[in-house]
Amino acid sequence: MSDADVDSDARQFSRALMVAIESGDVDVQATAWSDVRDVLARLSESRAIHGASPSETATFVLSLKQPIFHALRRRATDQNQLADLIWTASTLLDQLGLLVTELHQKAREGVIARQQQEMMELSTPVITLWEGVLALPVIGTLDSARTQVVMESLLQRIVDTGSVIAILDITGVPTVDTLVAQHLLKTVAAARLMGADCIISGIRPQIAQTIVHLGVDLNAVTTKATLADAFALALRRLGKAVTRTPPRSESASLTPAASAGA
Amino acid sequence: MTSLSAESLPVETSEHVVSVRQAVRRRAVELGFSLVDQTKIITAASELARNAIQHGGGGEVIIETIALQGRRGLRLAFADRGPGIADVARAMTDGYSTAGGLGLGLSGAKRLSHEFAIEAAPGTGTRVVIVRWK
Ligand SMILES: Nc1ncnc2c1ncn2[C@@H]1O[C@H](COP(=O)(O)OP(=O)(O)O)[C@@H](O)[C@H]1O
Ligand SMILES: [Mg+2]
Repeated sequence: MSDADVDSDARQFSRALMVAIESGDVDVQATAWSDVRDVLARLSESRAIHGASPSETATFVLSLKQPIFHALRRRATDQNQLADLIWTASTLLDQLGLLVTELHQKAREGVIARQQQEMMELSTPVITLWEGVLALPVIGTLDSARTQVVMESLLQRIVDTGSVIAILDITGVPTVDTLVAQHLLKTVAAARLMGADCIISGIRPQIAQTIVHLGVDLNAVTTKATLADAFALALRRLGKAVTRTPPRSESASLTPAASAGA
Repeated sequence: MTSLSAESLPVETSEHVVSVRQAVRRRAVELGFSLVDQTKIITAASELARNAIQHGGGGEVIIETIALQGRRGLRLAFADRGPGIADVARAMTDGYSTAGGLGLGLSGAKRLSHEFAIEAAPGTGTRVVIVRWK
């Protein structure tokens, strides 16, 4: 957040504040304060998006206390009036501080909900590795909501592409408990019904040991240590082979003129 | 057994399953657990947290770093407010599930731990305590 932004926020806020105070209403939920609330909502949101903490955002409002108290001290005619004024101002600023904290929190929750939604879509890219071979690198926690998305997008792509092999790579899944295992087994079974065989790759050694202790039976599923191994198996099953040919550099084929001139 | 430090976390929603796993991971790393040992206790925690939510209607877990005779370990105590379990021996049987699950959570959590205790008298909720030593 640049100084210029803070400056323009402060200007907007104090302008709205002045108008609200003129109304004489000291309840910040009242209509007279709606402009102030709008300004605060806007600046809480932009701060939340930029990762500021709720207390940092509240400080924006609460830092007004000192200058306001100073001004009141200069204006007040006697101690009693000063005490009253300070009490009113401080109640108001506290209300605004709470309001801004709440607004910040709400904006933050909005940001998180949006990110979760984006993550769900982002982290389920089904890739075509070869004609007839799909790969799905699963990254992150495989809980029910996400698994549903993962499973559906994979099955849809199997149908759309007529693929016969689907590789589910779980290198990026931190925990495989019985629920995750069950989701994987269901995905494999559903893919089989669509005519595709699944290979599960990326089962790290510590995960493999844990699955065995849990007693989960993955015998019915083809597993491979790495995505590369799974891909090699997929090609073999399709009757394709990767063979070594003598290296031929791009530039070599572009130099007939040079060799002709020699 | 001495308690070196403890924290209590809610176990009410599936987001809590993730936060419980993360808290267990943090402590297991602090204790210097090997990758395999970390994975075992995290996975056991995941099973018990999920059970407390799915079958026990929610509860809490106390995650504790403990020491006994020079050994250090991690103790997890899950407690929920659910119906308890009428037949614990049956619930501990591999493959037994009343909810269409794999039925390997309770028995699996036991195999992944060094110590396992369960109290599930009907009406008082279910309490499962596991320990994994370093
Ligand atoms: N916290 C609990 N409260 C009540 N019942 C439970 C609890 N934990 C497990 N159970 C019972 O024990 C059975 C077996 O649990 P588990 O081995 O985790 O398998 P799953 O969760 O796949 O059903 C459950 O189906 C349920 O009937
Ligand atoms: Mg279970």
